[in-house]
Amino acid sequence: MTEKHAITLNVNGRDYTISVEPRRTLADAVRDDCGLTGTHLGCEHGVCGACTIIVGGKPVRSCLMFAVQAAGEKIRTVEGLAKGEELHPLQKAFWENHGLQCGFCTPGFLMLAAGALEENPDLDEAELRELLSSNLCRCTGYQNIIKAVRAAAVEMRACQPSANP
Amino acid sequence: MKPAPFAYVRPASRAEAVGLLAEHGDDGKVLAGGQSLVAAMNFRLARPGVLIDINGVRDLDFLRAEDRWLRIGALTRHAAFHKEVIGGPLGALLGKVVRHIAHYPIRQRGTFTGSLAHADPASEWCLVATTLGAQMHVAGPAGERVCAAGDFFKGTFTTALGSRDLLTEVRLPVLGENWRSGFYEFSRRAGDFALAMALAALRIEGGLIREARLGVGGVSDRALRLSSLEAELVGKAPQPQLFADIAEAARAQIKPSADIHASPAYRSDLIRTVVKRALAQAAA
Amino acid sequence: MSWIGRPHLRLEDPALVRGQGHYVADLARGAAVVKFVRSPVAAGRILGIEKPDHGLVFTASDLAGLKPIRPILHRPDYVPVDYPVLAAERVMFTGQAVAMVVDEDAHAAEDLAEQVFIDIDAEDPVVNFETALGPDAPRVHAHAPGNVLVEGRMRTPGLDAALSEAAEVVSLKLRSARQSAMPLEGRGGVCRFDAVTGRVTLSASVQMPHMLRTGICDVMGIAESDLRVIAPDVGGGFGQKMSLFPEYVALVWLARHLRRDVAWIEDRRENFLASAHSRDQAFEVKGAFSRDGVLLGLDADLLSNVGAFSCYPVTCGVEPLMALAELPGPYKVREYGARSRGVTTNTCMMAPYRGVARPMLTFTMERMMDVAAARLGIDPVEIRRRNLIETFPHRSPTGLVYDEGSYKEAMEVAVKALDIPSFRKRQAAARAEGRYLGVGFSVFSERTGYGTPAYAARGMDIVPGYEVVACAMDPSGFVEARIGSSPHGQGLKTALAQLIADELGVEPAKVRVISGDTDATPYGWGTFASRSMVIAGGACKLAAGKIATRLKIIAAAMLETRPDDIELSDGLARAINTNRTLPIPELARAAYHQSHKFPEAGPGLSDSATYDPPGTFSNACHACVVEVDIETGGVTIERFVVAEDAGILINPMIVDGQIHGGVAQGIANALFEELVYDETGNLLTVSLADYLPPTIAEMPTIEIEHLVTLSDATITKAKGVGEGGTIGAPAAVINAVCDALKPFGVEIFEIPATPQRIRDLIRASGQPS
Repeated sequence: MTEKHAITLNVNGRDYTISVEPRRTLADAVRDDCGLTGTHLGCEHGVCGACTIIVGGKPVRSCLMFAVQAAGEKIRTVEGLAKGEELHPLQKAFWENHGLQCGFCTPGFLMLAAGALEENPDLDEAELRELLSSNLCRCTGYQNIIKAVRAAAVEMRACQPSANP
Repeated sequence: MKPAPFAYVRPASRAEAVGLLAEHGDDGKVLAGGQSLVAAMNFRLARPGVLIDINGVRDLDFLRAEDRWLRIGALTRHAAFHKEVIGGPLGALLGKVVRHIAHYPIRQRGTFTGSLAHADPASEWCLVATTLGAQMHVAGPAGERVCAAGDFFKGTFTTALGSRDLLTEVRLPVLGENWRSGFYEFSRRAGDFALAMALAALRIEGGLIREARLGVGGVSDRALRLSSLEAELVGKAPQPQLFADIAEAARAQIKPSADIHASPAYRSDLIRTVVKRALAQAAA
Repeated sequence: MSWIGRPHLRLEDPALVRGQGHYVADLARGAAVVKFVRSPVAAGRILGIEKPDHGLVFTASDLAGLKPIRPILHRPDYVPVDYPVLAAERVMFTGQAVAMVVDEDAHAAEDLAEQVFIDIDAEDPVVNFETALGPDAPRVHAHAPGNVLVEGRMRTPGLDAALSEAAEVVSLKLRSARQSAMPLEGRGGVCRFDAVTGRVTLSASVQMPHMLRTGICDVMGIAESDLRVIAPDVGGGFGQKMSLFPEYVALVWLARHLRRDVAWIEDRRENFLASAHSRDQAFEVKGAFSRDGVLLGLDADLLSNVGAFSCYPVTCGVEPLMALAELPGPYKVREYGARSRGVTTNTCMMAPYRGVARPMLTFTMERMMDVAAARLGIDPVEIRRRNLIETFPHRSPTGLVYDEGSYKEAMEVAVKALDIPSFRKRQAAARAEGRYLGVGFSVFSERTGYGTPAYAARGMDIVPGYEVVACAMDPSGFVEARIGSSPHGQGLKTALAQLIADELGVEPAKVRVISGDTDATPYGWGTFASRSMVIAGGACKLAAGKIATRLKIIAAAMLETRPDDIELSDGLARAINTNRTLPIPELARAAYHQSHKFPEAGPGLSDSATYDPPGTFSNACHACVVEVDIETGGVTIERFVVAEDAGILINPMIVDGQIHGGVAQGIANALFEELVYDETGNLLTVSLADYLPPTIAEMPTIEIEHLVTLSDATITKAKGVGEGGTIGAPAAVINAVCDALKPFGVEIFEIPATPQRIRDLIRASGQPS
């Protein structure tokens, strides 16, 4: 047990002031201190991607960052994707394309795709496959996941000005 | 799998970082990207008493070409290389290699210099640094020094860095316009550590190889620069038979490591294949 | 309008895509954290346990009164073994729980656990078949001679003659390495202790909540009513979460002993080390073929490495005995003999993993067919045509009855989809360029939806199989179905809602399926053995059907016709051939509030039903095209086709998803996944850097064609399909790799066929001929 640091995490636009040991990972802080349990832990060594969230605009493994590192950064988790009742295009697409079964890997895939597509809405098929190879799913065989992301990408492009007009 | 306790400090300047390292020495560890370190800490295989987070040291965050070098500061993330960071063959090479490093989210945090300091034998950047003859810039208690790649990598997870040293910058030599490169890696799955990989860079003028760089990684306790084979390539025409011979010679030269993913005999076969394919790519 | 057969979007998803699912770790707020201290060695005597001065630390001596977990099979060849909650005198595998600590949070608990030292007099462990079955093998369990915990045998009288008269006897040895079901969410439980009643509520990531409750209470010697078990959202299971693990008993014990809330959430390393393993099998088979390629006899010696303990409740007999019973698969071979043994070693216990014995037996039979075809000069498709079951019911030499299926038809569909003649041209052209493409396929039967008779036949002490559903329509016309089964990701609540909706003429959104809570559902079993659409589905259909009968009586009375002339659909009861209708909610109100008018129908609308069928076989053919890089041994799967017959598909979208996921695990079985113990019994693969489930980059796009064969063995007309993907894929992939490597004469009989193994075989074979 070490001295706790009082930090403020800005998650989904809201400030959470928490007191954590330095060794508390960002994943654990988001889940336990902020009460946002949509982000999941599947391996705690950065391989499975279930913990993927967006920090400073980039999808990252929250199990490989300490909460104290994320103070002052804009953090987004799956709970922040929907706008009230209205699902994010990715959430809608996963639902409509049966892109989830047990749902455990889903938040990680949603944030991975959201972050990457926000940075580059024009990912082609090969780039999408490469991106999605970042995370593991044990239920779906991935087929409907990429189908969902593809569908969402189309809708997100329609709402966003393309990088290359 | 939660880490053991540690104290956390976040220097704001290079000098402060070096001072903290000097103070904490063996008990301190630099935290840059953390993609290898934090995983090891979660397993409690690494248990530093003090974590020195350099992510706030803005003057380590640079990436720029200067004279004939590409200067890569300690906070340069792998993801910076997703776009070509410099025109010409070096930029193309780095853009090609980066796709093989772990996965997209890991690349958002992990750093180029962090990879070198960590010295995993299967690290792509270590292979690049070794093969191209990078320069490591180190800040330590006694001041600053430069270490050539050939002297830097000592073995698995072992470098010339002392426990009080900070790798502040790596410089890669810029390759001129007649250079072409090839990189070939074999791994079990996308993003996995290489079972074997090769990097070949050839300067071809007038239909002949004038200069060569050739290195193999993932097969030993560190990346290996195959200088004698580089010499054999010089003056010859880039042809499949030449490449096959060089690849066979590379295989004969190297006594590969063994682990649960590959036996020495299998790695040996892979050495031949990755060298041949990297060379073919460079000449294409 | 019928809801069956529609790709209805899942009712489960809106919460899950919002991250509002509740997996056990999400329910642990405020609970103290339990961490297990595990044996660092595979075998040995515990000399002592050194505890730190302070902190809550418990060992076996604190658990006096707890029985060990001891699953039973009533057969003379079964040796029961005891799996203690915490190891007392001996440790039997690396990772076995020896002590446990409790602290405020996971970090503190891990710090405390590190201070517990277990002093073990380590012994040489028995890790593999060779050691276990060797002449002077040490005994893993003192009372199990020869290290065999279960042995099944059978032999038809004509087998010897068939073997000696055969034109060709194909003798093969095949091996599957040990693998893990590796659900993305590990095991875990949260116990809430009610200080007023003394009752514990255990939320646990499990596939069988009622069974867990029974098992824990048996071990603890407490009444089942003292324990409530809830399976919340479960992040995958694939069989691994079917068994009673000692950690759950320990957790409940702690909650009661400490009179406080406690939680245990395992990490990935623990899941690899100490949950359950599978697939570790070695088969030796002899196939007696006629000159025409007809399989006349099959002789087999089957070994399964069942680890140090027997899984509860299905026991360590599950793989060996299923292999024995089903090896002939979809083939009509008459003479059959087999000896199947469950061998115990100092490794993690074996428990069911999707497919259970059938991936390996399909690998065996399909490799045999290809080898026989080559030796006899018969086309591999044709040799199967000559051997596949074609008349039904078919009774196998092991006594299994195969109901209507489409073994040959499915194969023809898959083969046609691949267009073999064109492929052969491509293959030849590629070979000329030094590229090696191959095509392979596998045909298999999938035993599904079987009830108590099948389990009883094995001699299980605890005989699962039936499902009970309690269904009720409330006065507003909304339906609740309480099921004893419990899902772990397969969309059960949606598919069952579709079934019930069809019976009652309502829409699925008006049907809530309640599962997982032993306080709120009838006793039932769970999701395993590809059973849910058959059994839980059947029980739903029956229960809803009873309510439909009541509704029709009420409607008939109100519409002045006979109940047989009432049809329920689209929210209405309609007198057929008229346009006289009544909204169903009106009928529901009447049932509750005007019951005096309908004495035969009510009062109320609440019915229960049980379904316990004998079982039904679905079937499929998997076919794939691969390219093998002969220098690296790397395999790329170019195309993967599944022709599947699972009868009526309640929700085809969900079925296809199950096939995708199963095939992914099957491909992983064939090429990627392997748990490796070294000779000291130390597990080397304890992280996802070493154990390699595939990413999307390794997966082909799976093309699926469906056939529909109707069988009377399932009242929903659905057959089970959840495991099929894992069963056929390994054989199809390996057959394709062998086809690709024909110029080298390479034959593969071991999975996973890692790049190294493939490369070693190519190197050993010399140059292509």
